Amino acid sequence: MGRPVAIIGVGQTKHGRRFDVSYPELVKEAVDAVFEITGIDPGDIDGVVSGTMPSMMEGVALTHFYFADVLRSVGKPIMKTETCGSTGASLAITGYYWVASGMADLVLVVGSEKMNEGDSQATMTTVLEPFYQRYFIAGAPGIFSMQSQEWSVRFGIPEEKIRAAATKLTIDHHKDAFDNPYAHIKKELTEDEVNNARIITYPVRLWDVCPNSDGACAVIFASEDKVRQMDRKPAWIKGVGYSGEEYWFGDSDKVVWQSAIQASREAYKMAGITNPIEQLDVAEVYNPFTFQELLFYECFGFCDFGKACDETLKGTFARDGKLACDPSGGTLCTNPIGATGLIRVSEAALQVTGQAGDHQIPGAKLALAHAMGGVDQYNAVLILGSEL
Amino acid sequence: MDTKKMDYTILKDEIAIPYELAMGPTWTRFFEGFKQERIYATRCPKCKRVLVPARSYCPRCFVETDEWLEVSQEGTIVCWALTEYEYFAIPIKPPYIGALIKLDGTDTNFLHLVGGIDLSDPEYVRKTIKNGMKVRAVWNPEKKGTIMDIKYFEPMK
Amino acid sequence: MSKDYNTLRHVVRLPHSYAAGPVWTRFYEGLKEEKIYGARCDKCSRIYVPARSFCPNCHENLDEWVEVSQEGEVVSWAYSSDREFFGMQVKPPFIIALIKLDNTDSNFLHFVGGVDFDKSAIEAGQRVRAVWNDEKKGHMMDIKYFEPIG
Repeated sequence: MGRPVAIIGVGQTKHGRRFDVSYPELVKEAVDAVFEITGIDPGDIDGVVSGTMPSMMEGVALTHFYFADVLRSVGKPIMKTETCGSTGASLAITGYYWVASGMADLVLVVGSEKMNEGDSQATMTTVLEPFYQRYFIAGAPGIFSMQSQEWSVRFGIPEEKIRAAATKLTIDHHKDAFDNPYAHIKKELTEDEVNNARIITYPVRLWDVCPNSDGACAVIFASEDKVRQMDRKPAWIKGVGYSGEEYWFGDSDKVVWQSAIQASREAYKMAGITNPIEQLDVAEVYNPFTFQELLFYECFGFCDFGKACDETLKGTFARDGKLACDPSGGTLCTNPIGATGLIRVSEAALQVTGQAGDHQIPGAKLALAHAMGGVDQYNAVLILGSEL
Repeated sequence: MDTKKMDYTILKDEIAIPYELAMGPTWTRFFEGFKQERIYATRCPKCKRVLVPARSYCPRCFVETDEWLEVSQEGTIVCWALTEYEYFAIPIKPPYIGALIKLDGTDTNFLHLVGGIDLSDPEYVRKTIKNGMKVRAVWNPEKKGTIMDIKYFEPMK
Repeated sequence: MSKDYNTLRHVVRLPHSYAAGPVWTRFYEGLKEEKIYGARCDKCSRIYVPARSFCPNCHENLDEWVEVSQEGEVVSWAYSSDREFFGMQVKPPFIIALIKLDNTDSNFLHFVGGVDFDKSAIEAGQRVRAVWNDEKKGHMMDIKYFEPIG
């Protein structure tokens, strides 16, 4: 265990289709926001961590160098963390390590993506093994469809029930997004619209899938000493867990999904959580696909395996339910991938400091943030709390 | 000039980067097997799992795997996804079914296509393709020593 | 070393659409009119060319536009005689150069042309002037190259 570390401020851009600014200018919006919100002098930052999807998405290699000016990193150490979809969570963990180690007191952590500038699924293809696997996977939807399909058969969950639960999730999240000023897709959806939407990869339909978003998120991590010097509510990092699996899709079980289970249990252990559904107040689960969100509920121990659909339909994970999941609308409504995991962490920080605005879960004290990366290969979980 | 009222420029570009990827001895031997319509695996000396495609080492035990065996061209479907949407840079045009297939006598899932049935109607596909269904490899007549030497796996009667 | 083992050849192709945003759009529009625009920082008084939206030194937003000179001097250069670079639009021989346009404070990267491609033909400090392509696309290549003067 290192020193205590807290998030002392977060800045986000308005996420969406952002052809109104160049990529560095987009990153600048988030960075400027976090400095304005916290009042921290950029000169006092000890180091900068930046991350995006693989550079093939960006079309510019070494994006942390591309953004060096807007990150105000000239004359400072800068590093890049890149773990595909979990990049944002890895960024947060990197910032956490840096401060927890005692090597830095204030670290600026920035995740960003301009998905509309490149071709996201072509980039996903380059993430896949080139000799044997690249040919058969239709981007992320192909992988996630196979995973959820296997899950439904393994636990004998009727297709109709999964469809109903997924439909409820997407309707709720797109509605919740109206209360999040930064969210990309905000929409009143009907069951018919969702159930009859265009098939992407069966059984995944259009409204089960996240959008391509442009956006950035900037977070400042601070040591306890620095936190005490500032008149700001900190969101303490109570636990972190990060776990991976073999590279080859097909070598490990993606239903009883070890990396997701282990990452959450490591984070719970560090944070002293023994009963997540009772102890957590809010969870920002990485949910690029409705079906996968259901599976995550089970892997994180929010309910038993095979039961996520029933609990979802009962409202357990709704905003007014026992454990509010993705009250921000989540990844399903907003997915600038390199920023997405960090947005989960930021939303968790906003919740436990009572700053989430219209989508605040009243009295939230303990929150989970999560992201997943690679070809269903890595999972990262962070626990944030209002008390040290 | 008021920049707020302008249509902003978008610079269009296509990056094309050529690669020559080394297969190394294990995968060279595996794909040479394809040319003779054989599927090879290696067995881990420690955990005894049969890994297919053949690997040079076991990703769990971190030991070299040098026992080669030819495996069955038949197996069962573990999971599948019907793709209806065209993805940039994927050479296969939709509709197609990507699937994990457990070849008989092996311990890893093999990623390939399921074909040989009408894919035009998702409802028909859903009713026809089932997890646990037996499938068999169908080979392309022309062999190039790549994964596409297997055309797809077709359901067995 | 001879190749005992097989290889797999393929080309990764990725399409991109880069947003220029308001400042670089305006800069490109200027090129269409054969004008080169810079932006001046209020705080440090530096003039950046191409124009930028913010000062990388002071982090001030820049909104003072200045049309800058199309003449300047070569700061440094490199000559490529016959090596083709995959993905680069311009074929050799060519000379790339950093050029300090008169009264600006950043170096402008472009080609030097209109010379006999003999590496002794150019030196640092050489005065150069922009030569424009007849057809304008709102692109850095609207400037054909910078040619030596004087």
